[in-house]
Amino acid sequence: MHELAIADSIVQIADRHANGRRVTKVQLKVGHLRQVVPSALAFSFELVAQGTSVEGAELEMEEVPVTGSCRGCGVESRLKEFPLQCRACGSDDLRVLEGEELFVESLEMEEV
Amino acid sequence: MHRTAVKQVVMEGVLDANDALAQANRTQFDEAGTYVVNLMSSPGAGKTALLERTLERMHGKLRLGVLEGDVQTTLDADRLSRFHVPLVQVNTDPGFGGECHLDANMVRSGLSELSLNDMDVLVIENVGNLVCPAEFKVGENTRVMVYSITEGEEKPLKYPLMFRSADLVLVNKVDLLEHLDFDLEQFLGYLDAVNPGVERILASARTGQGVDEWCSWLEERGAPS
Ligand SMILES: Nc1nc2c(ncn2[C@@H]2O[C@H](COP(=O)(O)OP(=O)(O)O)[C@@H](O)[C@H]2O)c(=O)[nH]1
Ligand SMILES: [Mg+2]
Ligand SMILES: [Zn+2]
Repeated sequence: MHELAIADSIVQIADRHANGRRVTKVQLKVGHLRQVVPSALAFSFELVAQGTSVEGAELEMEEVPVTGSCRGCGVESRLKEFPLQCRACGSDDLRVLEGEELFVESLEMEEV
Repeated sequence: MHRTAVKQVVMEGVLDANDALAQANRTQFDEAGTYVVNLMSSPGAGKTALLERTLERMHGKLRLGVLEGDVQTTLDADRLSRFHVPLVQVNTDPGFGGECHLDANMVRSGLSELSLNDMDVLVIENVGNLVCPAEFKVGENTRVMVYSITEGEEKPLKYPLMFRSADLVLVNKVDLLEHLDFDLEQFLGYLDAVNPGVERILASARTGQGVDEWCSWLEERGAPS
């Protein structure tokens, strides 16, 4: 359950930026390669947020699909499953461009 | 009372705080000249058994130390105490989210009990779990994953996170190959699918197969220059 530790960290980040305001929404970017289970994260988030300025806030998760660029031919591919393969030449020597994100993008808050 | 909604751009990595602490640990390791291995696996893959074999062979060759991460017990640390190497047990926080992995802060809390200056290599036995430990850097130089052939062939595809983050995969319990219908070639194919060409050693902590190769791997990287 790394979702619990991740949720804990998200709440800490949001609470710090809120600076006393009430947080209504947290926007999160999650790369597909992070193996985060959205339902487990949502559940953990709700739990951990209790008693903080983030309590009751909506957690909006945007999942980022995996893309990579081929070290051989330079073509970019959208990748759905392993092995990660270049759609042009079939090489598996790819540099992952997207899909490893895990960050808090923005917050919505209420100024009282 | 009037409430105004505001939106604020944050762009902060969820693991930034942990990564910063891991970097602080790393600085401390570097200053002491200690090479640090983060040893990860599912529960029961054979991390402690391999450590026992390693400590036997490395005696007098490489000054090893061990940090044992465990949920509640000191059983693993007890198994290793007979080797009389620097050893510390860190029980992970039974509270929120702390049970399934070591993070940089937990490792930091164990370091005060270890004399890094007298150590060429520190092996950190992470908590047995196939997902969580891979997310949390602890300041290690390298990640070694132990995979037991009793876990089946398809795990790399189902849980790519840890396999992708490993620098070396020790495929353990190969003494059981003849008793199981584990397809080694298929497993290695799946492993290459998620982490192409990753180093691998076929090993058995039971028979000692591959342990010399693993010890050489460790010596090459961890011996004082
Ligand atoms: N047959 C066989 N059993 C092993 C091997 N390595 C470990 N075991 C057994 O697997 C179990 C779990 O090993 P342990 O070292 O405690 O795993 P850990 O949880 O990863 O530390 C123990 O009963 C070991 O004796 C091996 O190479 N072959
Ligand atoms: Mg163990
Ligand atoms: Zn290509």
